[in-house]
Amino acid sequence: MGEAPQADAPFGLLAELTHRCPLRCGYCSNPVDLVGRGDELDTARWCAVFDQARALGVLQVHLSGGEPLARKDLPELVAHAAGLGCYVNLVTSGLGLTPERLAALRGVDHVQLSVQDADEAGANLIAGVRAFEPKLRAAEAVRAAGLPLTVNVVLHRLNVDHVDALVALAERMGADRLELANTQYYGWALRNRAALLPTREQVARAGEAVEAARSRSGMEIVYVVADHHEAHPKPCMHGWGARQLTVTPDGDVLPCPAAGVIDGLGVENVRDRPLAEIWHSSPAFTAYRGFDWMREPCRSCARREVDFGGCRCQAFQLTGDAAATDPVCTLSPHRGVVDRILAGAADAPVEHRAVVR
Amino acid sequence: MTAPDAVPRLRRGVKAAYDPTRESHVVLFPEGVLVLNETAAAVVGLCDGRTSVQGIAARLAEEFDGVRADDVAELVDRLVARRVVDVDG
Repeated sequence: MGEAPQADAPFGLLAELTHRCPLRCGYCSNPVDLVGRGDELDTARWCAVFDQARALGVLQVHLSGGEPLARKDLPELVAHAAGLGCYVNLVTSGLGLTPERLAALRGVDHVQLSVQDADEAGANLIAGVRAFEPKLRAAEAVRAAGLPLTVNVVLHRLNVDHVDALVALAERMGADRLELANTQYYGWALRNRAALLPTREQVARAGEAVEAARSRSGMEIVYVVADHHEAHPKPCMHGWGARQLTVTPDGDVLPCPAAGVIDGLGVENVRDRPLAEIWHSSPAFTAYRGFDWMREPCRSCARREVDFGGCRCQAFQLTGDAAATDPVCTLSPHRGVVDRILAGAADAPVEHRAVVR
Repeated sequence: MTAPDAVPRLRRGVKAAYDPTRESHVVLFPEGVLVLNETAAAVVGLCDGRTSVQGIAARLAEEFDGVRADDVAELVDRLVARRVVDVDG
């Protein structure tokens, strides 16, 4: 390996505090091999991770999971991250987010609440539990606390036709922002891909519905496109090891939440090495940083500054080679793989995510 | 463009801060960070819900040379587009 490209400081840390979660969504991007409670980092270790992250340049800490409220020490973790001057974003299912619980989380700057569908039956079906009503109460608690609220909906074949109703629901919940994010196929979502993939017609209608909603709604509406239906790949993570890092419940440090799937990446752990060293010089972070790793058609492509060659994990999952062009790209010699995946989409039951304790 | 008598304020959930790592003023908001140059930091510091665009320009003129209300309005426009700032009036 040549000399590593100089890395800028990261802005964000995605802290996956736990894989435990009361929901069992089949679109979950957590890995199929979930980390159990016994292997989770303890309070002191997470606080040390936040210290190291802040010193490295991290300004935003996304407390996620799984369900971060499953951690009894969440108030301490929030307070520690906030005390360092970080912007603290709580990414939650909302289950268990009572006004009392929220009041104990001093230092949260913003709450991102997941919603599975616009109506109770559909939402509970996807979540695998009765989660709809508690989420409405959680949204109320967030509003009552005066915190900004983002509602996040992962879109797929079963709910992508409900954009208008989802916008209305998010408005009723008092959201400042609505994220409508088409499913990205990693972890459990990859396993359920055929049943989650929307049709081309569904994707086209959803795009139009989002445009119309943007022109009439006061909410900021963020739309993440269905990348398999696109001609060019997503600018995954704005480039490998460029802006954000992920720490898994057991302390692995990843350039993106899905990167654990890439064989031989050389993932390192916060228990073994300081975060700054891992960010700047570990093989996992330097492997695809910058542009030197690229081959054709990316290497000479003007779009490389736009999409950074797409997603390394997707390239690995679909071609077996993490250094290949993301096969979503119509310039990739492997685009046929994606077209065959789209052709294989079908109405089928979605397998729920496993329960981990 | 934002009117000279408009009054900008930071939106709910937006925090202005100083980052010692980057030695820069920054704005933190849901899912985003803006690293500010000296002038932008001064403008953001005056987006207090009381001072108009004209007022901000006048205050900045005490510190910096050649500050025009139009430049301040343009910067406020960009902050509004990034959903960092709201404008009253």
